[in-house]
Amino acid sequence: MQPRAGDDAPTQATLPTAARTGPHAAESAPEPAYAISTRGLVKSYPGPDGTTTHAVRGLDLDVGQGETFAFLGPNGAGKSTTIALLCALARPTAGRATVAGADVLGEPDQVRRQVGMLFQHSALDTDLTAEQNLHIHARLYGMSRRDARRRATETLEAVGLTDRRRSPVRTLSGGMRRRLELARGLLHAPRILFLDEPTTGLDPHARAQVWEHLRALRDRQGTTLFVTTHYLEEAENCDRLAIIDGGRLVAQGTPFALKDAIGDDRVVLRTSDDPSAHQVVRRTAPPGTVTALDTEGISLRVPNGSSWIPRLCAALEAHGIPVRSASATPPTLDDVFFHHTGRSIHTARPAPTPTTTQPTATTATTEGGP
Amino acid sequence: MTTSALKTAGVPDTPGSPDPAAPAPPSRLRRELRAVHALVHRDLLRLSTQRTHTALMLIQPVLYLFILGGGLAALIPNSTLGVGYQTYLFPGVLMMTVQTPAIMVGIRLITDRQSGYLRELLMAPVRRSTLLLGSCAGGTTVAAVQGAVLLALAGAVGLPYDPLLLALLLAGMVLASFTITALSLALAVTLGRPEVFHMLLGLVMMPLLFLSGGFFPLESLPGWARSLAALNPLAYGVDLLRRGITLRVPDQAAVAGLEWFGRQPPLLLEAAALLATGTAALLWAAHRFNRPE
Repeated sequence: MQPRAGDDAPTQATLPTAARTGPHAAESAPEPAYAISTRGLVKSYPGPDGTTTHAVRGLDLDVGQGETFAFLGPNGAGKSTTIALLCALARPTAGRATVAGADVLGEPDQVRRQVGMLFQHSALDTDLTAEQNLHIHARLYGMSRRDARRRATETLEAVGLTDRRRSPVRTLSGGMRRRLELARGLLHAPRILFLDEPTTGLDPHARAQVWEHLRALRDRQGTTLFVTTHYLEEAENCDRLAIIDGGRLVAQGTPFALKDAIGDDRVVLRTSDDPSAHQVVRRTAPPGTVTALDTEGISLRVPNGSSWIPRLCAALEAHGIPVRSASATPPTLDDVFFHHTGRSIHTARPAPTPTTTQPTATTATTEGGP
Repeated sequence: MTTSALKTAGVPDTPGSPDPAAPAPPSRLRRELRAVHALVHRDLLRLSTQRTHTALMLIQPVLYLFILGGGLAALIPNSTLGVGYQTYLFPGVLMMTVQTPAIMVGIRLITDRQSGYLRELLMAPVRRSTLLLGSCAGGTTVAAVQGAVLLALAGAVGLPYDPLLLALLLAGMVLASFTITALSLALAVTLGRPEVFHMLLGLVMMPLLFLSGGFFPLESLPGWARSLAALNPLAYGVDLLRRGITLRVPDQAAVAGLEWFGRQPPLLLEAAALLATGTAALLWAAHRFNRPE
């Protein structure tokens, strides 16, 4: 990975100016510009043997009103802790956060009234019916019985569970429970909905359904959605996303801007003799291009990847190496993640062990065989 | 719940407002009270949906009353207790009935924490102590309801269905349920781990029951055991119920139970001690529970 000009441009561009960082700037504004705004947010836990575990280390985050914001990161990156801080469930060790115009430390109740939450792990009373779960929740939020009943009916209908309203939760499928939790999160008409891994453990159909409801919600009510996920395709569909790794924000921007910052397309060539072809490609490609050789073939990152394919093919043909296949793919969010963290989100391991930059001769020869 | 809408129909509470956090939200106190009510409601709903579970919880004390009570009644002459053994056993059995659901509240707090339901509760825009108060009120209500069901057996042990007597017994059970629930909650927020909680329960439950004076008179115990009994909330509960019976049906008066320095404390003082213990436990639990992560 070579440093490139403009690498950090989208990251920087999305950070706001200092105008809003005054201690009471957000509180005094009737309609804050940001639904969520944090500055230097830190959460540390006392660990074993007197050590300190830093779950979140200095987060500067801004989420606009009505935005669907994805919080992308591997397990243990600090996503759930951040959500707990933003919902005023946990107290930040340092820094400050303003959510829906209220300070999480000073006005936790005000924050909680404005936000809804979908926890990572299902938290429903399985002995009660769908309707009863919603009713209890609505009453906890201080609604009158009449309002509670009305909102329960409305939200059940919104998530398509009206016909199951009298079913005990334990008889509902995983997808239905998730939708019921969504309904519960929406009961008090929150302006911001936090969703911690909302689709983890759901089958593709149920996942699609949950997202359908989320999109409808955003479009109809203008609710700000803050979604943590490790599904790249889900982050892809959000307005903006932030990548968190090891408690730090490593990038923030629109999916397009983040991918655009990587810039180059990934070109993959498969030939009858990959190791020799690798040498040819290295000479043909612009200087400084990262090329790699592995079981997938030869890969390289170049701007305008598709325009390079004919040139690379011509050079290889000139050396008598037939090309079996060639492809050029624009950067994906996984590439973005890899770029910023040094590893793929799918193979997120404790130690960074990039695979594509270390081609080995053995994989090349077995692949290059007859 | 369908009929309860009528009760609140007259309350000016921004009906029809799509946003409960609209300009004029209900007052702070009302919101906190609603949260308490929500938790009591949850407990009552669970009680009504888990009918088998409830029935099983009620069967145990009934078995004690009729099998243990019936068996020992023949052996123990009325003169030693002042009443028939089953009549003597009745307050103890009532206490057993309320003690199980009351203690369950602490266990549920721990399981709710593990299942994530507690986090969900903590998201509610109310004070944490309100949530604890709601759990306590819920546990007390459920325990009292179960105890009230068992009051139906009063006739079987030779007690009249005197409304005042039943009310006295119910009041005693509510008070005892409150204290046991509060103690259970205090234990739950202090211990945190369900294994420890269960272990501790297994360790102390039997001594607490036997030192309650519900099964045999405390005066037949050695002095040190009687001193322990004077610290046992169950003993106060049993004693209150027994003295309630004595108050209304003097011919069914059993032998005296608890003693403070060799004398029977006044009835109201006994009740006050129970109430104070429960309140202190609840305050302590709220104090512990209030500490944010």
